[in-house]
Amino acid sequence: MTLNSLPILSILIWTPIIGGIWALIAGDRQEQTVKYFSFAVSVITFIFSVILYCQFDPSYAGMQFIEESDWIKAFDIKYHLGVDGIALPLIMLTSFTTILVILAAWEVIEKHISYYMCAFLILTGLMNGVFVALDAILFYVYWEAMLIPMFLIIGIWGGPNRVYATIKFFLYTFLGSVFMLVAFLYLYSVAGSFNIEALHDVPLTLTAQKFIFVAFFLAFAVKIPMWPVHTWLPDAHVEAPTGGSVILAAIMLKMGGYGFLRFSLPITPDASLFFDDAMIILSLIAIVYIGFVALVQEDMKKLIAYSSISHMGFVTLGFFIPFSIVAASGSSAGAIMGMEGAMMQMISHGFISAAMFLCVGVMYDRMHSRMIKDYGGVVNSMPYFAAFMMLFAMANAGLPGTSGFVGEFLVILSSFEASFWIAFTAAMTLILGAAYTLWMYKRVVFGEVTKESVAELKDINGREAFILFLLAVVVLTFGIWPAPIFEVMHASVEQLIEHVLQPKIL
Amino acid sequence: MNADLIIALPEITLLALACLVLIVDAFSKDPLHLLTYWTTQATLLVVLALVLYYFPGNAQIAFNGSFVSDSMSAILKAFMCGISFVVFLYSHEYLKEHKSLKGEYFVLGLFAVLGMMIMASAYSLLSVYLGLELLSLSLYAMVAMQRDSKTAPEAAMKYFVLGAIASGMLLYGISMIYGLTGSLDLLTIAERINVDDANHAFLVYGMIFLIIGIAFKLGAAPFHMWVPDVYQGAPTSVTLFISTAPKLAAFAMAMRVLVDGLMPLVSDWQSILMILAVLSMATGNIIAIAQTNMKRMLAYSTIAHVGFLFLGLIAGTTSGFSGSMFYIISYALMSMGAFGMIILLGRNGFEADMLEDFKGLSERSPWFAFVMLCIMFSMAGVPPFLGFWSKWFVLKELVASGFVELAAIAVLFSIIGAYYYLRIIKLMYFDKPDSMTAIKSSKQMRFVLSVNGVLILALGLAPNMLMSLCLVALAG
Repeated sequence: MTLNSLPILSILIWTPIIGGIWALIAGDRQEQTVKYFSFAVSVITFIFSVILYCQFDPSYAGMQFIEESDWIKAFDIKYHLGVDGIALPLIMLTSFTTILVILAAWEVIEKHISYYMCAFLILTGLMNGVFVALDAILFYVYWEAMLIPMFLIIGIWGGPNRVYATIKFFLYTFLGSVFMLVAFLYLYSVAGSFNIEALHDVPLTLTAQKFIFVAFFLAFAVKIPMWPVHTWLPDAHVEAPTGGSVILAAIMLKMGGYGFLRFSLPITPDASLFFDDAMIILSLIAIVYIGFVALVQEDMKKLIAYSSISHMGFVTLGFFIPFSIVAASGSSAGAIMGMEGAMMQMISHGFISAAMFLCVGVMYDRMHSRMIKDYGGVVNSMPYFAAFMMLFAMANAGLPGTSGFVGEFLVILSSFEASFWIAFTAAMTLILGAAYTLWMYKRVVFGEVTKESVAELKDINGREAFILFLLAVVVLTFGIWPAPIFEVMHASVEQLIEHVLQPKIL
Repeated sequence: MNADLIIALPEITLLALACLVLIVDAFSKDPLHLLTYWTTQATLLVVLALVLYYFPGNAQIAFNGSFVSDSMSAILKAFMCGISFVVFLYSHEYLKEHKSLKGEYFVLGLFAVLGMMIMASAYSLLSVYLGLELLSLSLYAMVAMQRDSKTAPEAAMKYFVLGAIASGMLLYGISMIYGLTGSLDLLTIAERINVDDANHAFLVYGMIFLIIGIAFKLGAAPFHMWVPDVYQGAPTSVTLFISTAPKLAAFAMAMRVLVDGLMPLVSDWQSILMILAVLSMATGNIIAIAQTNMKRMLAYSTIAHVGFLFLGLIAGTTSGFSGSMFYIISYALMSMGAFGMIILLGRNGFEADMLEDFKGLSERSPWFAFVMLCIMFSMAGVPPFLGFWSKWFVLKELVASGFVELAAIAVLFSIIGAYYYLRIIKLMYFDKPDSMTAIKSSKQMRFVLSVNGVLILALGLAPNMLMSLCLVALAG
């Protein structure tokens, strides 16, 4: 079998799932084996995603690597996979982050390491499934099934208030998703198919589109999350173990964004146009208001969680600004730029938020506190760590040269074409982001060492340095040279914009 | 042999063998009643084999139109036998452990199965009623069997009195319909309703009483009052029985009466079922949250599931009915697992029926905690478990028939429902166990329960076969 004929998408889904099941069977008795095995599985998955990237044809906008076979014949539900330029970077992000998460758990997780590895590996497979599913029901199954491992991760390895946080997380996201299911079922009754690409082309009345849009909105806005349905996120982030926070911030939030691109915009373009202003306003509220909320947090994880919501505001802004840009300027060039900026923001935020949570994790493992006031002067005992965290804090604030800058800059630039005031409000984040991130950094890292426990901190070990180093490389590379990401998604984004701007009212 | 007798051969065999079991038990001195037990199980297997061997290609009618054998009845009967087989296996274990093993239990159980099978095949209101009474009377006695228990006789009394009232309602409805159509035969009723519109209001009046009878047997709100008390008060093995196979029979009864007999009145019963469905989902899901007793919580969850079951009937299409059939079969499988878990955890007369008994189960027995996790997520309707597909199927048909708002209400309630299922998982996985006592049970029981759990996952990953089966069952 040649490399080209491998069912590479299935491999990306099932390698980690089967690996996870094996880790579970091996059990806690063979702790070291399970760790190395899980690491190997995650690396293999990543290698396959690199192969996928290399073989991907960036000039073709449609779906590639298509796999299609019957799953539930009675209702024509197919095991139908495919990847385009929008999904590909997210798959890369997923498989890369999994390696970090597994490494980060190495010595930290003491309870049931095999369950832990199993949960994360299965989660990876399911998340890859979400990004490549081309059948709405298959997508939904991956989307919901993903909640199970995450529910257990927060609940078993989480902090003191974990039960509240995990049940809130589960019910909140479940609430959003079930309405999406009803929307899929309605679309099936109209179009007679669950094929996502076929659903893109089915004409719908504006009223139907509005209802479907709202149903999708509930699912994706909760996930991404948008103000005012964001309240599950700070709780879940704070209580989750480091690995859980990383996956939540780096990938799960992106699924909301992916959902908007794959479902809301192309299936209900006219309703998207109708709700355009509302979406932009919600995005701006997220950017500015949540930015202020982040400023007053005393818990580092909570601060980063709020900063995630604020950054995700850019993503939704970039996704819904194209209508206004085209209305104002008449050309779709700015629209494409805005959407690509939002995509870039998703990817970059995946790396940066992962890095920030890992940094907090490093400190938490030593001090068992997430409160800013328990630290101060960390740089004196952990100089290397302080340097890494400096870089990530700057990236989080959107400093040019880091990947955090590229996405934000493009979104702000393109929104100037729509309206000065939108751009102006969005640009406030450059001040706010710098304020809350750097102020936290200052309080934690700089200053006099006032506490004995801080003075006794040990600097990062080789494993931690390796994880942070990998992330630092990625953040800087994409900050200076983001072309590899833009190249793969350009054709698909262009096609999407073209599709979205066509009315399809019945 | 007479053709009629062949059509009813599984039932006739069951009756004969049940009598044989009764005699065998009368002469058995074994305190474990092993001979009775094994002959009971053999009987079920023989009947199962007969049902499958004489699987009807198309509907065969016998006894002057009062008995029918079609693919729906055959499939339901096969499941009834299979499920009862497992139920008796668990029951034997449970009764032995609680020192209340009596041979009559199995004989009554077999008669109950006979009642269910007759209900599945009933084609006239009279045979519906006969089957129902045979089932109910056996169940009343089974609930009451633990004489020394404080709760069981009370539960039996309640069940009996309320059941008798429901039967009365049903009979009243039957007499109304008979008076207006001049027939007890379901097909004839359907024909005569077609031509006669003048008596529409009276027909609906009679139909309401029939629906009350059905709703009572299924345990739909507002006729659900008996469910929590009986579920909690009855010995767990009997609760397990009541919550599984008889639900299939009650579904069959609903299908026979409403679809085969009263299809011309579909728009009338649709609106009544809609009220019942929403009330059941609301009552079941909301009250279940407040429960601390596992059996009682599952009782309320049954009520909620019955609401969902009605949704498929409300869709009013053949595939909608298939959805309901799929739903009830899945529900029986999940319920069997859930009550099986309670039996598994109990020992030496101790009933593990409080929620706390599940605390820290993942430490005590990781495998069975996982089985319970599958069952709970499945009941909550989370993919990739079987319970998701049953909800999906019903909702899909509902939406296809244009009841989108009702589907939205249904999913809203299923979110409320998810909370109390999650709580069980929380107890098992996030809490520490009170004691680390090992789980004591026989190999067969462990094996069957494991298969049950795996089946819920496997059918969730590949639901096509069961779905096609349900579609075929009602298409032909």
